[in-house]
Amino acid sequence: MSEKSEKSGATTEPRLSVLKTYKLYVGGKFPRSESGRVYEVSDSKGNWLANAPRSSRKDARDAVVAARKAFGAWSGATAYNRGQILYRVAEMLEGRREQFVREVAEAEGLSKVKAAAQVDAAIDRWVWYAGWTDKIAQVVGGGNPVAGPYFNLSSPEPTGVVTVLAPQESSFLGLVSVIAPVIATGNTAVVVASEKHPLPALSLGEVLATSDLPGGVVNVLSGGTAEIATPLAAHQDVNAIDLAGAGAELAKELEVAAADNLKRVLRPQPVDYFATPGIDRMTAFLETKTVWHPTGSLGASGSSY
Amino acid sequence: MNTENPLSPFAYAPAPESRSVVDIAPSYGLFVDGEFTEAADGKVFKTVSPSTEEVLSEVAQAGEADVDRAVKAARKAFVKWSALPGSERAKYLFRIARIVQERSRELAVLETLDNGKPIRETRDADLPLVAAHFFYYAGWADKLGHAGFGPSPKPLGVAGQVIPWNFPLLMLAWKIAPALATGNTVVLKPAETTPLSALFFADICRQAGLPKGVVNILPGYGDAGAALVAHPDVNKVAFTGSTAVGKAIARTVAGTDKKLTLELGGKGANIVFDDAPIDQAVEGIVNGIFFNQGQVCCAGSRLLVQESIHDELLDSLKRRLSTLRLGDPLDKNTDIGAINSAEQLARITTLADQGEAEGAERWSPACELPESGYWFAPTLFTGVTQAHTIARDEIFGPVLSVLTFRTPDEAVAKANNTPYGLSAGIWTEKGSRILAVASRLRAGVVWSNTFNKFDPTSPFGGYKESGFGREGGRHGLEAYLDV
Repeated sequence: MSEKSEKSGATTEPRLSVLKTYKLYVGGKFPRSESGRVYEVSDSKGNWLANAPRSSRKDARDAVVAARKAFGAWSGATAYNRGQILYRVAEMLEGRREQFVREVAEAEGLSKVKAAAQVDAAIDRWVWYAGWTDKIAQVVGGGNPVAGPYFNLSSPEPTGVVTVLAPQESSFLGLVSVIAPVIATGNTAVVVASEKHPLPALSLGEVLATSDLPGGVVNVLSGGTAEIATPLAAHQDVNAIDLAGAGAELAKELEVAAADNLKRVLRPQPVDYFATPGIDRMTAFLETKTVWHPTGSLGASGSSY
Repeated sequence: MNTENPLSPFAYAPAPESRSVVDIAPSYGLFVDGEFTEAADGKVFKTVSPSTEEVLSEVAQAGEADVDRAVKAARKAFVKWSALPGSERAKYLFRIARIVQERSRELAVLETLDNGKPIRETRDADLPLVAAHFFYYAGWADKLGHAGFGPSPKPLGVAGQVIPWNFPLLMLAWKIAPALATGNTVVLKPAETTPLSALFFADICRQAGLPKGVVNILPGYGDAGAALVAHPDVNKVAFTGSTAVGKAIARTVAGTDKKLTLELGGKGANIVFDDAPIDQAVEGIVNGIFFNQGQVCCAGSRLLVQESIHDELLDSLKRRLSTLRLGDPLDKNTDIGAINSAEQLARITTLADQGEAEGAERWSPACELPESGYWFAPTLFTGVTQAHTIARDEIFGPVLSVLTFRTPDEAVAKANNTPYGLSAGIWTEKGSRILAVASRLRAGVVWSNTFNKFDPTSPFGGYKESGFGREGGRHGLEAYLDV
């Protein structure tokens, strides 16, 4: 080293970057796979990017336990509160925009410009769903004009723990498009990231962890979609499954398994993730509860309040 | 329950409704493409009156070939029917609603004969609701753009519908009215023990001038239902019935693009808090479990009583049960009619015996059962725990299991402790408690200070293994639209 460089503290050697060990996001924590397994993730040209955890059945079960544990508080939170947290996710993503642009570009082999468009749309999608949390009940619920001395009210309620198989190709915009509607309505999610492009999903976990989202509301698993999804589709404590990331054959197999406890199933369908979504990804995972009460006339005797 | 006790100062004279208003033919065909026809393989089956075991009629039994023929007819009819302006479809449905009203006495008697339920219920509950459903959905037919499913939501095509025997005509109305309003055509299979009112409905379609093939009725057994559900040219499957069959149907349609809605079993909790109005609660409990002989998916079959009022409530309940009148369903004073079939009676008997064997205490009011027909006395089980079979399995009969709780938390936990999630009841004078408890119950319908109320404007359907989708109201349209 020359005297000059010693003085300035600079070096002629290129700096060795710090690689990231990608981990799962389960119950608000970042565990490695219980199985200790990883698999190689490459960019679109086949260059090694990272080793991603290869989740096991046990990881899937742990994620369901975490999601179930989180369900009570999350579904019981006010819609206003949930909306603010979803908006907070957008805020946090905006600050880490460059990171996600790089990860999406590498994963999907996109130009910086195209990857940026995906990330921007994904951030905006969080904002869109943030605004839905306190409106969906007014749009799909309400009072019914009953022909009798009764008042009744239909309200949407989250169905519970939802398994989400993220789309395989759209590693970030697609991912956000399937997670946000599930949690906006108060469900909790076990997300299986794109098998080939899992890194943006695993990084999203880091964002969610710092966005005031309670641990366990979203759990992100990476690995073999079929391997992780099979026990999840059969899991008795999972209430619904979004098959977006399953091929036709796997989707059928999972739908058959889901029939065991009559999970709500959202079948795979072609989606333009850039287009503004409708509300069907929210309503697919909502129940409708109708509560009745008499309005004063107390039965055949004709007595009343 | 002393229907024949001459010493009772309150003995009722018999008050039978006349069955002369119904003309039941000795045999009926399938209703396909606007015509009554025989089954392709010529098979027939008999339908009997559960209260007397009298054979009412012989009915063609649909098989796979008939299903195929009916689906083809419905497919053909779909082209024109779906292209009709909504206002025209609406008028057909309004006509049907009106004809149902005009013929409601006839249909009520028919339903009572074929199903075994009391005329008081067919006359005052089933038939008015049938007409109301057609009337309600008729009005949607030309307003679908306002239903919240986009500006011009499209029908799905041919709807395959399989309905149960507990409310034969009402379930038909719940299925057919929204299907037709949205522009779908229908192939409906009524249950094998109660095919008649659906066949009379075919005649109503004829009177209303409904185009041929829009509604097809295929009486038959489970195999015909399975063939209908599996038919490759059916776009929509709607089923009401047992959870086990619902799961089988969900497996059948897996991997297809058939839209599916299921209304399945239940084990409804009816929760009575210590501040409940006892007399009204007792009426609600009776209505919750003895309406339609308890053969109701949303029956309040698990009574959860706050411990402090258990004895008082049970005394009142038993006293009330002693005044119920079981017997001839056509008698206008009858509260409890016949069980729908020998098979169902056997199932109820087995489960009730099991409840006794597992140590729960069984009680029925003094009750004389008619000699012929299928009958089961209203029955209470006390000392029931959550582990008992009778607290877990759907009995689908007039059998009430009584459990206790101490705190609202415990009530909620016990109420939710079932794979089912269809209905629940809450009895308390405290409004905030109703709202708090209702919001924590995992059930699609919660009745507070009332029970078993239905209305076409109100969505009905279950959480968890009670199925998915809702029938009734704006929500009921979604099942028949491409959304």
